[in-house]
Amino acid sequence: MIPEVGHFALILALAVAIIQAIFPLLGVQLAKPQWIALAKPTAHVQFMLLAIAFTCLVYAFVSDDFSVKLAASHSNTQMPTIYKVSAVWGNHEGSLLLWAFVLSAWGMLVSIFSRSIPAVMLARVISVMGFVGIGFLLFMIMTSNPFERLAFPPAEGRTLNPLLQDPGLAIHPPMLYMGYVGFSVAFAFAIAAMLGSKLDAAWARWARPWTNVAWVFLTGGITLGSWWAYYELGWGGWWFWDPVENASLLPWLVGTALIHSLAVTEKRAAFKSWTVLLAIFAFSLSLLGTFLVRSGVLTSVHSFAADPKRGLFVLMFLGVVIGASLTLYAARAPKLQSTGRFELVSREVGLLVNNIALITITATVLLGTLYPLIIDALGMGKISVGPPYFNSITIPLATVLFTMMGVGLFLRWKNDSPERLIKILRIPAIMALVVAVVLPLLILPEFKWRAVLGLLLASWIAFTALLWFSGQGRSPFKKPLATWGATLAHLGMAVTITGITLTSMYSVENDVRLVANKAGYVVGDYEFKFINIENHTGKNYKAIRATVDVFQNGQPLTTLHPEKRDYGPGTMPMTEAGIDGGFTRDLFVALGEPLGDNAWSFRIYHKPFVRWIWLGGILMALGGLLAAFDGRYRRTRKIFLKDKAKRVAA
Amino acid sequence: MKARQKRLIFVLLGVVAVVGASFLITKAMQGNLAYLYAPEAVLAGEVPTGKVIRLGGLVKEGSLQRSDTKLEARFVVTDNRGHEVTVVTNKILPDLFKEGKSSVSRGILKEGVFYAEEVLAKHDANYMPKEVTDILKKEHTPTTKTIGETK
Repeated sequence: MIPEVGHFALILALAVAIIQAIFPLLGVQLAKPQWIALAKPTAHVQFMLLAIAFTCLVYAFVSDDFSVKLAASHSNTQMPTIYKVSAVWGNHEGSLLLWAFVLSAWGMLVSIFSRSIPAVMLARVISVMGFVGIGFLLFMIMTSNPFERLAFPPAEGRTLNPLLQDPGLAIHPPMLYMGYVGFSVAFAFAIAAMLGSKLDAAWARWARPWTNVAWVFLTGGITLGSWWAYYELGWGGWWFWDPVENASLLPWLVGTALIHSLAVTEKRAAFKSWTVLLAIFAFSLSLLGTFLVRSGVLTSVHSFAADPKRGLFVLMFLGVVIGASLTLYAARAPKLQSTGRFELVSREVGLLVNNIALITITATVLLGTLYPLIIDALGMGKISVGPPYFNSITIPLATVLFTMMGVGLFLRWKNDSPERLIKILRIPAIMALVVAVVLPLLILPEFKWRAVLGLLLASWIAFTALLWFSGQGRSPFKKPLATWGATLAHLGMAVTITGITLTSMYSVENDVRLVANKAGYVVGDYEFKFINIENHTGKNYKAIRATVDVFQNGQPLTTLHPEKRDYGPGTMPMTEAGIDGGFTRDLFVALGEPLGDNAWSFRIYHKPFVRWIWLGGILMALGGLLAAFDGRYRRTRKIFLKDKAKRVAA
Repeated sequence: MKARQKRLIFVLLGVVAVVGASFLITKAMQGNLAYLYAPEAVLAGEVPTGKVIRLGGLVKEGSLQRSDTKLEARFVVTDNRGHEVTVVTNKILPDLFKEGKSSVSRGILKEGVFYAEEVLAKHDANYMPKEVTDILKKEHTPTTKTIGETK
């Protein structure tokens, strides 16, 4: 019964989405206030219906209702409740429902926090989100019904992919989806503004906090995903340039460009058409990400069972969204006269360079991700594009970007003088140089130029951000949240760069053969001694667990327990690493295979500063969050009215 | 700044970005693309030696040998049609690595032996990489012929 309620709610949601998409928009066109007024209630009903559908599915999983096919194939009675819940989105159908649910949640939030937005604009925004909703609901109802029943329910379900049975992974997909789908708000605002031919500063001001929040979730989701890959995939990497990782990075890069470009559009009424284009691309790349992950065209840990029909649908949907919005853009862009004038040395140009660097990185990563698919489709062989490709391209481009990150903060709008800039930037530049050269000599085992470059950029970003913050007059606690946010986000980037540089340059990684109770393996000051292997039983798995004692300078430091887990028939064995985490270094031991005679293979890592990578991600997300709640956006109503008065006067 | 000058800056920046990116891409593509080869292609001498490639196929039953003192492992990759290549690796073999199952190794071919830097196995209990399925399915048309030509 409950699953049918869910299914029914889903179909009703589609019906409501159609009303939500069509009536408010037509109402604006035909000047029918009653139709325009439908925008808010439909957005609310849409959210309630999808909340019901989603709850029904969660209930089916938690109550072990194996007559629901999805629950039977992804959940079982042995699993802890938290994983029964996360199993809901650990599969194709459920993750789509989550997508649609998150979309409706964004729609409702927009309609609630929209007092400053004129009814006509809001109607268009809600209507665009309704169209996106139609796409996803149709997709679900036609090709992937999450509530499908089994005529003969099994007594016990199968199991969730053990890789996904992890608390980090329980919240990683919802966070990522909040980010992906959140860009639909910026997208809807951009389309709505184009429909109204009114791309003034106002739309940018409305779109900014939403874009920031979406970006915060995406940043958090990616950080969490990277952290999960590090400790759960078992092999200690934090970024693999896996196609699906790239699929989440692409909207993040464009989203970062969008955040900065929106600032120019809002404050200087420049880059109008460029900003609109970025909003379209950010959301299109989110959809592309969904397509790449869900269609099964890519071989990746993230892809669920492949079904060509599904892939085709998402591809068509993607085509419609991009095609329609670019057509609209082509029709409206020529009218977008950017009024703000600026000179060559100005904050506008600084942000433009930042945008171009980000978009170039996006384009090259996109190329590397899609290249194997294209080559295969053309029948030119099967290739893989490895991490060296991505590294050798992103590092130089990022160097440009990171240099500008420091300069941009101090640039003045409209016109600035190079002499003034050099005078200000001299100090942080010298400080950064000193840190980058002295630090490796003092504390790092070996002097490497690439490490100097990384540290130079990181400390440059950090010093310029701090100098900028202190130069903003007023005492720190009276500064606007946006200033805090920008500073934190830039500092976060500096922290991440430091982590990436030191981990990449100074990690020691080795696959070794260790014999129980024999000589250990030495990495720097640390010695790893293999003691023994035991069997161990968890709640829903059996494990082989090794005991490895770690000594630092001969003193016992800690004991690690890397495991190999077996979650039962039909699942793959899991490697659970033993990690001793720390602020300045991680020790990481993964268990390999038995080699006979009490010998096992182990992978042993010493990773300096690896945690900084994720710490920086958290700081960036926090910064974005602060900026989104800047008091300025709450005062937009007043500003909007002032704008209007100005226009009338003109 | 006049509109025309501004447009010029946009165009120039765009050109710089495109030229820079293309330069980096062409540079990065050299040597960082690993083509997939079948054992048949290796035996036919179509594989460049000393260049990183990927080798795909089934791990031959009973072929896995381990060293008694080192981590080193040796196994044979076959296409079930009599074409076989020996692989040597000093890395940990993945959890799903099994004789009789498919695998893809990345490494360098030297004097007929494949030295793998990385060995991947199918990564799901019921899943075989599509690339390897294609190798095994091919009857006699050498898949890799076209690969050799595009290089």
